[in-house]
Amino acid sequence: MITAVEAQGLVKSFGAFRAVDGIDLEVGQGEIFGVLGPNGAGKTTMLKMLATLLSVDEGEARIFGVDVVREPHRVRQLVGVTGQYASVDEDLTATENLWLFGRLQGMRSRDARATAQRLLEQFGLEEAAGKPLSQFSGGMRRRLDLAASLITRPPLIFLDEPTTGLDPRTRGQMWETIRGLVADGCTVLLTTQYLDEADQLAGRIAVIDRGRKVAEGTPDELKLSVGDSTLQLQLAPDADQALARDVVRSVVGVEPVLTPESGRLNVALQVADAAGDVLIGLRQAGIGIAAVSVDKPTLNEVFLALTGHDAGRAETDGMDLDDLELMEVTR
Amino acid sequence: MNAIAVAERTRPYSTVAETASQTLSMAWRALKKMRRNPEQFFDVTIQPLLFTAMFAYVFGGAISGDVQRYLPLMIPGIVAQTVLTTCMATGVQMREDMEKGVFDRFKSLPIARIAPLAGPMVADVVRYLIAGGLTFATGMAMGYRPHGGVAGVAAAIVLAIFTGWSMAWIFTWIGTIARSARAVQGFSMMLLFPLTFLSNAFVPEKTLPGWLQAFVKVNPVSHLVSATRDLANDGAITGQVGWTLLAGLVVILIFAPLSVRSYKRHL
Repeated sequence: MITAVEAQGLVKSFGAFRAVDGIDLEVGQGEIFGVLGPNGAGKTTMLKMLATLLSVDEGEARIFGVDVVREPHRVRQLVGVTGQYASVDEDLTATENLWLFGRLQGMRSRDARATAQRLLEQFGLEEAAGKPLSQFSGGMRRRLDLAASLITRPPLIFLDEPTTGLDPRTRGQMWETIRGLVADGCTVLLTTQYLDEADQLAGRIAVIDRGRKVAEGTPDELKLSVGDSTLQLQLAPDADQALARDVVRSVVGVEPVLTPESGRLNVALQVADAAGDVLIGLRQAGIGIAAVSVDKPTLNEVFLALTGHDAGRAETDGMDLDDLELMEVTR
Repeated sequence: MNAIAVAERTRPYSTVAETASQTLSMAWRALKKMRRNPEQFFDVTIQPLLFTAMFAYVFGGAISGDVQRYLPLMIPGIVAQTVLTTCMATGVQMREDMEKGVFDRFKSLPIARIAPLAGPMVADVVRYLIAGGLTFATGMAMGYRPHGGVAGVAAAIVLAIFTGWSMAWIFTWIGTIARSARAVQGFSMMLLFPLTFLSNAFVPEKTLPGWLQAFVKVNPVSHLVSATRDLANDGAITGQVGWTLLAGLVVILIFAPLSVRSYKRHL
């Protein structure tokens, strides 16, 4: 296997806060590799270090064997970066944006124009080619941003939360586009907060929490760690919560997650069918139920299973990452 | 194709020719933006018109006896002042620009780090040209007759453009270290006022107290003003022109590397 991304012990600190706290990563050529984690987990910071946009405090990283710290100019030729926020020029038209990025990377004017034209067609933007970007929807901007990353056909693409804030339809289009990239021979490293996105796209996933990698594997392996589905129970107000927990444990052999204040019980199930057994057990024990649902495991549950805390907490633990980066800049 | 082959097609840095081409592409972007936001030209159009008329009628009588005799002294001063104000705008706009998302893309591209800074400055030559040209035109409309002729005035404008362009690196540097565009504006004003007013731009140097004359004599703005007077009023290339060129070069040599370094640190 040819290694597209190789990182060992990556560390980035903002003051006393270690945003990335020793991450190893290996991504093979032709893979879609997903980095999954909540806001503030360090995903973007890690990506920025790999893309030479942030300095590396500790550890080392290579892109196709080229050292990120020692030869950033080479790395920039190998990587196309599409960030969380569209990094295109608001004052230029779509064509002008792509033409400019092509020219900056050494294309002749005519070639840059032809490439811009081709990419706009490929991304369904040809009708908006001459319009100012202020008239673009969020989805169109993201597509233009991705198109801008592909001008020189780099072998590796970094996508930082490519679908955050997009509506479901646009999201599906973006997924199709990303699959198309890999079919053309690209390697994709993407970050996301959504388990289903990583599930849909990625061949392998690394789960990041508080700057550390807490798990790595295929989507199926990760989901197995929390079961195939989740049974969510709302117990009746007068129900014996401790008894309910014992019943669940004896029926499916899994420790349920109980929220005593609201009387909610979450049970990870290897197979959805087991939900029936749990319900029968509760009926036999005389425990009343107010509401029941069976869902696919969410990122929150994967997180709970892997880290023992839910995904929302990492966000409130530290400061907002943007603030931290600002601190870094002014320091 | 193995990893080595993928990496082999890359080059370790931008060549000088590539850097020049990248800078010109960046200048193209800046010119496009100017055309789409014409309010950017307010400072280079309003200021020469307003300040020339205002200063001439307010100070003319007091300093030179009458407006006509004040004009040859004052017009080069206004040229210098306008060009410096334009420089400040360069720094402020650079800071605003750097906060936009597109700068993230510029940083991620394999381009020379100086290109995103130098590009807009090349485009700003247009602004200096407008500023310098309009000031002379306003002066002439008010009765100023430069004895240097067309060649003298043209040379004076070119010198002013060069000085403005080199001084702009100071403000670009401030732009790269300041926290916000507003901070750039505030700090630049503090720098700009003493530089323009503690010079021979508007008053004859010998009317000043001795200690102040000492500063005025080394102030690069004074050299620009004297050189502009020599070129436009007498058509003479004097030592002042040399001192101005030297000062400009020194400023570039110091502040261009400082700007690039601090821009890189923003990564």
